[in-house]
Amino acid sequence: MAKVLIKGNEAVAEAAIRSGCRYYFGYPITPQTEIAEYMAKKMPTVGGLCLQAESEVAAINMVYGASASGVRVMTSSSSPGISLKSEGVSYIVGCDLPCVILNVQRGGPGLGGIQPSQSDYYQATKALGHGDMQLFVLAPSSVQEMAQLTADAFGIADKYRMPVLLLADGALGQMMEPVDFDALKFTPEPEKPWAVNGHGGKRKKNIITSLFLKPEELEANVLERDKKYKEVDANEVRYENYLCDDADIIIVSFGITARISKAAVNEARKQGVKAGLLRPITLSPFPSEILNKLADNASAFLSVELNMGQMVNDVKLATECKKPVYFYGRTGGSLMSSDDVLDEIKKISGGLK
Amino acid sequence: MTNKIILAGFGGQGILFLGKKLASAGMEKDLNVTWLPSYGPEQRGGTCNCSVILSDTDISSPIISNPDTLVAFNIQSYEKFMPKINAGGVLFADSTLIDKRPERDDIKAYFIPATQIANDLGTPKLVNVVMLGYLIKNTDFFDKDYIRSYLTDSLPASKASLREANGKAFDAGYGYNE
Repeated sequence: MAKVLIKGNEAVAEAAIRSGCRYYFGYPITPQTEIAEYMAKKMPTVGGLCLQAESEVAAINMVYGASASGVRVMTSSSSPGISLKSEGVSYIVGCDLPCVILNVQRGGPGLGGIQPSQSDYYQATKALGHGDMQLFVLAPSSVQEMAQLTADAFGIADKYRMPVLLLADGALGQMMEPVDFDALKFTPEPEKPWAVNGHGGKRKKNIITSLFLKPEELEANVLERDKKYKEVDANEVRYENYLCDDADIIIVSFGITARISKAAVNEARKQGVKAGLLRPITLSPFPSEILNKLADNASAFLSVELNMGQMVNDVKLATECKKPVYFYGRTGGSLMSSDDVLDEIKKISGGLK
Repeated sequence: MTNKIILAGFGGQGILFLGKKLASAGMEKDLNVTWLPSYGPEQRGGTCNCSVILSDTDISSPIISNPDTLVAFNIQSYEKFMPKINAGGVLFADSTLIDKRPERDDIKAYFIPATQIANDLGTPKLVNVVMLGYLIKNTDFFDKDYIRSYLTDSLPASKASLREANGKAFDAGYGYNE
């Protein structure tokens, strides 16, 4: 099939259905409501279920139950709604259940605004829920990638039995771009012998719980899960390296701002400044190793984000502050232009001389 | 070549549709394209706009602060976006609803009474298609025959009468001389 012009939100929904997701639970919130709309239309035609829950809290707990029964399931929301889901997310992690969660970020804190933002970076990568937990966090930067990373998310979630969070923003969710759905790669759904479902007494019963009252049992449970996180760290890091290898100034940026930064890198190169872009595709696990390596030859790093400076701290940790790490951001729903980023590059480059 | 286009007017004038047609026609021609609607607490009869970018290189941001081309369907949109058009840019405006003329000479301005023409044809809803015809005539975005058949062929055969009406509206816009 040829390419279709489609919104980021709709591309996620279509890719999810093609990935074998047959259960969607959600609650409307701008700027991601098209997902629920698309699911409501399409799920019944493929024998699936789209249900508008009475709240975000209910929706995530429906995901919890569906996932425990061994099916592919997802939910989506935007920043304030994601905060509401955090309790359920922690329970799902504590039960080692797979699911896909999409956050189409808007400005915050509080009710905030409805325009694009990346200000939930900390929440997504550090603490979307209580306890010793991590999520797998993917950051798409085009509508085609919204679709592909959704397909990947279901595979990763099943492989590691952990929730995968897609961290997008209002611009990626609302914009239309051409998508080639036939080019998508899918991971078949594995057997799930751990699922709690009917078995007619023919096997030992499965128990799914996050409650461990004995400290030694809970510690063993957390240690066991930590092995999984180490495996994820070792095997699943993804990034795009754009002209970084000979670069003096390396921009680190994800999602919509990575596209804007790429245009700035191209313009900087035209003007004789050796700039590059390291675009994390996985925010957790974070591409620390490559950044640390690049810090040996680069002169400075610039983290470009739609917030007041969140990922910049991970860049500092990754590079062990071997080189200066600068930050440039806009917040509240405003976006920078590639000229704004270029100005920042020039400021740093001027200071270096 | 990159062309940043803002289309703006009232909800109901077919602005988002017109933007989608331009973007998808560009996609069929293997251009990079983005389409982004204004979204917010919208209301029926309120203003609406969308941003379309057509480019033969990667598109960095779908958000347009300064358009190369503005297609304005009401006075509010004209006043909001006309001053932001890049020097050397182009303005298309519906003169039925916009009685002002730009006080700047670094842009090209094309006025067409699109609402009046659509009403006279008996198809008031096709004001956007009248404008499309006029836009295609005065830009080199797309070949006329390609975009005209792309427009009419995208309507299902069961709506053959709409194909004819759309073709007529397109031709009326294309044939208009200020």
